[in-house]
Amino acid sequence: MTILLAFTGFVLVVSFIADRRRTLAGLIKAARMFLTLLPVLVGLLAAVSLLLAAVPPDLLERALGGGVLSFIAALFVGSVTLMPGFIAYPLAGVLKDNGASVAVLAAFITTLMMVGVLTLPLEIRMLGRRTAVLRNALAFAGAVIVAVVMALILR
Amino acid sequence: MRDVPGRPGGGSPGTRLGAQRRPGKDGGCGGAARARHIFAILLPWLLLAATIGLWSVAAVSAPGAFELGERAGRNLLEFSLEMALVLPAMFVLVGLFDVWVPRRLIERHLGRDAGPLAILWMVLLGMLQAGPLYAAFPVAVALWRKGSAPRNVFIYLFSFSAIKIPMLTFEVGFLGWQFSLVRTAVTLPVFIGLAYLLEWLLPDDATIPGAPVSADSAGLDRRGMAHEGSVAG
Repeated sequence: MTILLAFTGFVLVVSFIADRRRTLAGLIKAARMFLTLLPVLVGLLAAVSLLLAAVPPDLLERALGGGVLSFIAALFVGSVTLMPGFIAYPLAGVLKDNGASVAVLAAFITTLMMVGVLTLPLEIRMLGRRTAVLRNALAFAGAVIVAVVMALILR
Repeated sequence: MRDVPGRPGGGSPGTRLGAQRRPGKDGGCGGAARARHIFAILLPWLLLAATIGLWSVAAVSAPGAFELGERAGRNLLEFSLEMALVLPAMFVLVGLFDVWVPRRLIERHLGRDAGPLAILWMVLLGMLQAGPLYAAFPVAVALWRKGSAPRNVFIYLFSFSAIKIPMLTFEVGFLGWQFSLVRTAVTLPVFIGLAYLLEWLLPDDATIPGAPVSADSAGLDRRGMAHEGSVAG
């Protein structure tokens, strides 16, 4: 995070020294893009906050405990929810301690990162409906493949 | 500045959806579509208001009495902080990328005729960054608009979410290095393959709505970077 901020600051300063007008044009572009997306982002954050609050963590832990149903549940929970890594990995660690299988963990982690049902409106806005939907559908299929292959390797 | 923020090029999915759902009904269709349109604009702010409302209720009631509101508020704060930290920097980088990097450079290295080395560039670019997936969308749009092949954009998006150096310590810590290693080794080839499949599935002339930036950058190309525009066009 700090690296990103430092890098951005550095690039910005260099760019400003090199060409002030061009840098300004770039910043205006950035601001306009940000403002266009702001409403979608705000809705997204609020929706995720409400959803994660409504579903207590221990319910998730029980649902993803083990078995074929857990595998399917993990795929869907991972697809729908959106959580930062510093929440997701500890949760996955708890699941592992509770006896979740490699397939369940892989399915959860992979769909969590690759498939974004809640972010779909944002993705459609940016990439277009067909591209966004196709990307998510294929990512879901890819997550199934990854989970199955991992279960075979790490049985 | 001219266009209303959030409504670039008739991109109101609500109205289109409404029109599709009621093909036969003429009476009231326009009204319903408009209502849907207004609802789509208001929805994010309503959700925000609801979350903040629940949070305030939790804040004035006894601690622990209204856990749902407390949790919702805490989530909102956490997510907003994460967004505030990552997104502005991302957008600034994208804006600078847009004005500085010549289109022909991207086309040569990441375009449809670029070699497999492009895969390496995209994976490297993706894995070095941190942040949620939605932070990668602006970068993906910028790459696409500069002439990168769709497959490379998808490889970037997938590797951005799949392998993050900053997150690796977390994963190893909670799930073990064996899990991390195998997951990375399995995920990469699968999703590079999927990126190629995705490009093949999409029509050759597939474009992305991106943001209203596209119209603007055409103007800037004419003014500031005419030579690049002529080479690319």
